[in-house]
Amino acid sequence: MADFLMPILGADMTEGTVVTWRKQPGERVERGEIIVEVETDKATVEVESFVAGTVEMILVDEGRKVPVGTPLAVIGVEGEQPVASRPAAAVPPPSVAFPAPAPAATKALGARLRASPAAKQLAQELGVELSTVTGTGPEGRITREDVEQATKVLTRPAEEAPDRQTRMRQAIAAAMSRSAREIPHFHLARDIDMSSATAWLAEEDERKPVAERLLYVVLLIKATALALREVPELNGRWIEGRVVENRAVNVGVAISLRGGGLVAPALLGTDRRTLDDLMRGFRDLVQRARAGSLRGLEITEPTITVTNLGEAGADSVFGLIYPPQVALVGFGRMTERAQIYNGEITPRPAITASLSADHRVVDGHRGSLFLGAIDRMLQEPNRL
Amino acid sequence: MRDEEIIERLLGILEELAPEADVRQLKRDVRLRDQLDIDSMDLLNFVIAVDEQFGVDIPERDYPKLRTLNDLVRYVEARLGDGASPEPGSAD
Repeated sequence: MADFLMPILGADMTEGTVVTWRKQPGERVERGEIIVEVETDKATVEVESFVAGTVEMILVDEGRKVPVGTPLAVIGVEGEQPVASRPAAAVPPPSVAFPAPAPAATKALGARLRASPAAKQLAQELGVELSTVTGTGPEGRITREDVEQATKVLTRPAEEAPDRQTRMRQAIAAAMSRSAREIPHFHLARDIDMSSATAWLAEEDERKPVAERLLYVVLLIKATALALREVPELNGRWIEGRVVENRAVNVGVAISLRGGGLVAPALLGTDRRTLDDLMRGFRDLVQRARAGSLRGLEITEPTITVTNLGEAGADSVFGLIYPPQVALVGFGRMTERAQIYNGEITPRPAITASLSADHRVVDGHRGSLFLGAIDRMLQEPNRL
Repeated sequence: MRDEEIIERLLGILEELAPEADVRQLKRDVRLRDQLDIDSMDLLNFVIAVDEQFGVDIPERDYPKLRTLNDLVRYVEARLGDGASPEPGSAD
């Protein structure tokens, strides 16, 4: 048996709402198959199952908001005993760390209700069905406070709930405050001659059907991904006091949303994909991000973030890292700049690439090499 | 195809790209990028939609010519006159 938990879809997520179950009890789910849609403060996310098996129980109904880590469903793995025949103790009790109500859990688990006399009396007075209350007392016993908490949740006026935009700002505020508070950032920048890249791209796009044209940001993304192979520590995560390097390179791309806010979902396996494939993936990602429909792995798996604020007019970018990632790469506006080329001053297109890096993980020397590697990759666009 | 019809269809495309904007209020002789929050992905999607709806393939080298709504109308009109054809089943 495996508990399917409310996932942490980003460092800024503390709770999520179950929107739609894609699988029902008795249905088979494959590893990587979408099992549920969850609404976060930023988007509706299609969440994949991490195990293959049969959905045995759904513990949280559609429409309910629960904290991250709350068991949402039970998936029976082949060869294991079904949940229904297990002793009740085998079913994990509601976590004390997440005392928010999960009424369906109590019902679905079929455990005998334990409640204090005071809780029973209060529930009767207030008309609260005890089976809808999650107990936080010893062995899941329902206390008077649990009943009061359930009442507050049930009677919370609708206008108290902040709108989506407010929640998004709050989520970004939480993540960026944590970043500024915990990560010792340092910043490096390097001007990159884009003559080769733009010339190559113009030639490529000239012969492509309009729907298959590449945007130059895709070259920047791929160059970043390949440069990470040379400085892999920047493709890590800082977890519990140490860096954990990721084998996969999943570049998260900052996407501004209509009406404000941003998300940075991953282009999975960035370093192994062709430019054409990345472009298709990027178009799809932008469209779904702006429609508020992303997939779980796209949210949880970015290993570094790329932000291209040059389009909005910024000359350079010195951003905050999205924890637990350890680096962010920014690209500024492409402009014609006077450069000495073959001994002559000539105008050439250039951008400023910048690196925000976590000094706990990497030093300026390696960061400089990384920016140099991006530069080198962009001088040979046909090899990207 | 008349100017007004071209404008209507172009505004329809822009409306899909930037649903938060009131495209009917766009000034026709002011840069679109100064009036709409659009990026290169939006521009690419716009070009793709123009190709689909008007049968006009806008090469990248022509992008700088297309700053305003009036520029777009003139461009599409000229290209249609050159023999590009609107999508099958359209009004023209």
